[in-house]
Amino acid sequence: MKRGTTRCVFAFLAMLLGTSLAVRYSLAAEEAKAPEPAAEAPKAEAPPAAPGAPAAAAPAPKVPGYFGATLDDPKKPSPWPDPTGGASGVWATPAGDSKGDVPDQLKLGDLYDRIAHNLFSINIVWTLVTGFLVMFMQAGFMFVETGLCRAKNASHTAAMNFMIYPLGCFAFWVYGFAIGWGNWWNGPVPPGWYASLGPGLSVLNGGWGLGAAVDAAGKATGAFTYGIIGTTGWFLNGGVNDVAVMALFFFMMVFMDTTATIPTGAMAERWAWKNFCLYGLWVALPYCLYANWLWGGGWLAQGGLNWGLGHGAVDFAGSGVVHGMGGLIGIAGAICIGPRIGKYDGHGRPQAMPGHNVPMVVLGTFILAFGWFGFNPGSTLAGTDLRISFVVVNTMLASVTGAIGAHLALSLKGMKPDTTLLCNGMLAGLVAITAPSAFVNPLGAAIIGFVAGILVIYSVFFIESKGIDDPAGAISVHGTNGLWGVLSVGIFATGEYGAGWNGVVRDEMVKLYGADGVRGLLYGDFSQFIMQIIDCAVLIVFALVMAFVWFKISDFITPLRVSKETEIEGLDGPEMGVLGYPDFQLHTSQRIVE
Amino acid sequence: MKMVEAIVKPFKLDEVKEALTKAGVQGMTVEEVKGFGRQKGHTELYRGAEYSVDFLPKVKIQILVPDDKAAKVVEVITESAKTGKIGDGKIFVTSVEEVIRIRTGEKGDDAI
Repeated sequence: MKRGTTRCVFAFLAMLLGTSLAVRYSLAAEEAKAPEPAAEAPKAEAPPAAPGAPAAAAPAPKVPGYFGATLDDPKKPSPWPDPTGGASGVWATPAGDSKGDVPDQLKLGDLYDRIAHNLFSINIVWTLVTGFLVMFMQAGFMFVETGLCRAKNASHTAAMNFMIYPLGCFAFWVYGFAIGWGNWWNGPVPPGWYASLGPGLSVLNGGWGLGAAVDAAGKATGAFTYGIIGTTGWFLNGGVNDVAVMALFFFMMVFMDTTATIPTGAMAERWAWKNFCLYGLWVALPYCLYANWLWGGGWLAQGGLNWGLGHGAVDFAGSGVVHGMGGLIGIAGAICIGPRIGKYDGHGRPQAMPGHNVPMVVLGTFILAFGWFGFNPGSTLAGTDLRISFVVVNTMLASVTGAIGAHLALSLKGMKPDTTLLCNGMLAGLVAITAPSAFVNPLGAAIIGFVAGILVIYSVFFIESKGIDDPAGAISVHGTNGLWGVLSVGIFATGEYGAGWNGVVRDEMVKLYGADGVRGLLYGDFSQFIMQIIDCAVLIVFALVMAFVWFKISDFITPLRVSKETEIEGLDGPEMGVLGYPDFQLHTSQRIVE
Repeated sequence: MKMVEAIVKPFKLDEVKEALTKAGVQGMTVEEVKGFGRQKGHTELYRGAEYSVDFLPKVKIQILVPDDKAAKVVEVITESAKTGKIGDGKIFVTSVEEVIRIRTGEKGDDAI
């Protein structure tokens, strides 16, 4: 433990100094389709922290090439790469003529190929369908945030929630996916791992980092001791032309839009439209960089291998990556932009500014809770990973205990059960369970959600009392509880799931428990908790610095905030040119132009 | 002729209308209005903070009646619109100089 901490400090120092002697950059993007280095990568990353692990001692049993993206029999028709990976796992497509399948002549290997093709099919369909649910969460965010703003700003708030989808998606396509997932293939993985969506993901093997790994011939493998950024897949160019990459791109894109739309709730009713548009194109930068460190095989995920801290930073579906990042950008934005006119009286006391449509908020909350059944279980990227039923039950339990926890907290404060705060409670439970959803048991999930529900109420009033105006409660729901979700992995993870997660297999854990799953401090692995704290600290510092710098700079390009006159009149007319509710205005029903 | 103007709670409108119809009133005009009286509106809660609603929603009923019926109409409205709580409203009675039915040109009591 102590040794690991020392190494961790060293690693930080090395990174901060960034001396060119210690840093070895390598770019391996152009070798995208070459299967060999990619296949070597998982082995090259065999944990130095676990010398003599069983996986390293015995030679690996031979598995068909498509699990490792290699071509194991050159004489056969090439199974992979095929033009776009659409035939992954199949030697030949079934056909009526003599060139296609003849069922009674199929060998065991041929059957195996067809089964593998089905495996990839199930996983791709699962990932796409859950991604559709996540995309629909945009509608949920629009309802919640618009319902919580005043009628005079309804069109503007709804438009922000609308345009963040095209703007964010465009930026993700241009550069976000490349920096986040461009080196995905070289991330730390468990022994025996294969890409659930298909071997084509091996093209995502170019990036920059510290400590480039080399193969026996001294050639860079594309793997790094500390991965920092990916460099493959700008504009989804031809080099990543593969079905599995497209599925991954789609799923990760709709996740990013969740992050992107969170600050619009914290900065609603005063954010200038032009500045918001610039933000929409920028937000992929901090999001995808940090996502690379957690999900793209980067240095936080490698914390287990490098520093011996649990399984490295573990964030299953993104309490930190998605929600923590969004909430922290939101708090930076809300501080930079200042409170709405009239939010605080002359003595700095917060004033109520009632949202104009409470049933809209409730509808949005239900849409989000529904979408979360894509968000969390979809993050397995595999319908064949049957843990999904646990993930779904955990997600549901945390959402209901979140709402109950919020109700209890309100009652303890002597308040009535404010409908909008109950909704915040349910969303807080969902945000918190996002990171631990696969690793905890239902009891753990219920506790995590309950704590989140209480936390969100106290957080809302605390943030408000500090002069930070957050009309939708986005900072408390996503920021506070995103961090709580990340920490809760290090407390409640049971060790039943996630064996070998992030490439960590520790002998002592295997001896003690039979397998080395992700394990929190309540179940015997304190180092995982330490790693989650490091992850939170990195997230807070990185997100706040990036966001403050951005909002200050963008304010020079085009003002962050609308004029006082516009804010008082309402942003709908001056900013959008369209009123949310024109019929509420006093005007003649028909104007005749002579 | 008298103009009876009553400001009542919105949910009492149906009851007042029924009672007036029974008492022989043949027509009325109704408006949705907002205002305040001695209590100066009231307060509501939103996300834990109080805010005041200065102008409360009310319904204003206008009824035109012959002089001899005015007292009866006022009595009926007072009974039917009463809840006994703050904010039950007020009734104003004023004299009307002339009434004309637009379609026929009839004047005075015939036009009511």
